[in-house]
Amino acid sequence: MKRKSKFKLPSKYMLIILTVLCGILVYVSFTMNLSGGPLNTVAGYVFIPMQKGINYVGLWISDKTDNLKDLKDVMEENASLKAQVDDLTSELNTIKLEQYELNNLRELLKLDQKYPSYEKVAANVIGKDAGNWFSIFTIDKGTKDGVEIDMNVIAGSGLVGIVTDVGPNYAKVRSIIDDVSKVSSMVLTTSDRCIVNGDLQQMNSSQNILLTDLKDSDDKVAVGDPVVTSNISDKYLQGILVGYINTLGTDSNNLTKSGTVTPAVDFEHLEEVLVILEKKESGEEE
Amino acid sequence: MKRKITVVLIVVICFLLQSTLFKALSIASISPNLLIIVTSSFGFMRGKKEGLLTGFLCGLCIDIFYGETIGTYAMIYMYLGYINGRFRKIFFPEDIKLPIILITASDFVCNILIYFFQFLFRGRFHFLYYAIHIIIPELVYTILVTVFLYFILLKINQKLELAEKRSTRRVV
Repeated sequence: MKRKSKFKLPSKYMLIILTVLCGILVYVSFTMNLSGGPLNTVAGYVFIPMQKGINYVGLWISDKTDNLKDLKDVMEENASLKAQVDDLTSELNTIKLEQYELNNLRELLKLDQKYPSYEKVAANVIGKDAGNWFSIFTIDKGTKDGVEIDMNVIAGSGLVGIVTDVGPNYAKVRSIIDDVSKVSSMVLTTSDRCIVNGDLQQMNSSQNILLTDLKDSDDKVAVGDPVVTSNISDKYLQGILVGYINTLGTDSNNLTKSGTVTPAVDFEHLEEVLVILEKKESGEEE
Repeated sequence: MKRKITVVLIVVICFLLQSTLFKALSIASISPNLLIIVTSSFGFMRGKKEGLLTGFLCGLCIDIFYGETIGTYAMIYMYLGYINGRFRKIFFPEDIKLPIILITASDFVCNILIYFFQFLFRGRFHFLYYAIHIIIPELVYTILVTVFLYFILLKINQKLELAEKRSTRRVV
């Protein structure tokens, strides 16, 4: 300790040393594709429990405020509506709710039949990208729960993203709306292949993502068609719902089409996701 | 030693808040950048060296959890901390103008760098769009938070400086 305080490193040299260190780190993680390693482990054990805690408190509070809000709404409604109208609306509401539930269950059944064999693990979203440029988030399951890099992440009805980095108790997920994300997909109705690009600008202005390079020579793809992950994608499992076509237009080359896709998942209110514990067989030898 | 622990704690807390609470409080999916406030504040309050180290720590946190490669954010934040440290000579605690100007400039530079390296290089040329929809809103929100966070950091720093003065006097 004493020796340290005697010898003072000028800030200029420290800056140079750390710059070089950063350069080396960038180079290493870029070329060897190894991110963090021991750093991931240490950071995972320091941050994740606290992030989980904050998240838990946040969820609890929002739950309670929702409860309060609901209570207030109901009371106001009680005061304003006549008994008869009340009865009728509540009856109607129940039917509607049941209908909604029925639809949901039907959809779930369909979904489950669509990918029945995949083993999944449920995870909570515990943190989002610190900046405003990218859509990366962390979940509370890691290598301990069998999560690996390149595993697909889904939520309820559709594709959320892909695991890009993993620690012992957390994993980093890049969502499909992230600006650098590209998903090889196809239109379910015609099996025409296309690429779905995340786009910050498009996402910000209209909550959509871009669809490009659609080869639709028969002109059969229509607005509203579902888009799923394609069979030729080397990272995404086949047939996971990405979204529905929102707009479509022919490119200037007259060969391909492009447009926008509305994602099937509500990324604003993402709380729980499922990680598929199966990776796409890419045919590459490890 | 006490100072080191305090600074690390501040960075950890701010990072956690930024990635959880302030994401929930985001307005139009824009949330403030607390870490830039911490980096820049310790830069002009404590000088180049501490600004540089605080920045490095902040950047490293972002890199590990949300970065593409380890080291990019660390480098950006480190240089911002260092440059802020050069302004220590003209910093007076009572005056809030300089901190606000410096933090604003730091946030702006940080976002411009991110845009330049991660978006412009991939052919996203609509700078004006990104400026209006990402950079400026974040700037405004960050300044709003600065007004509160800066005074907290200032108080913590003053307490630490007082404690350090006392302990050195006792040794002498």
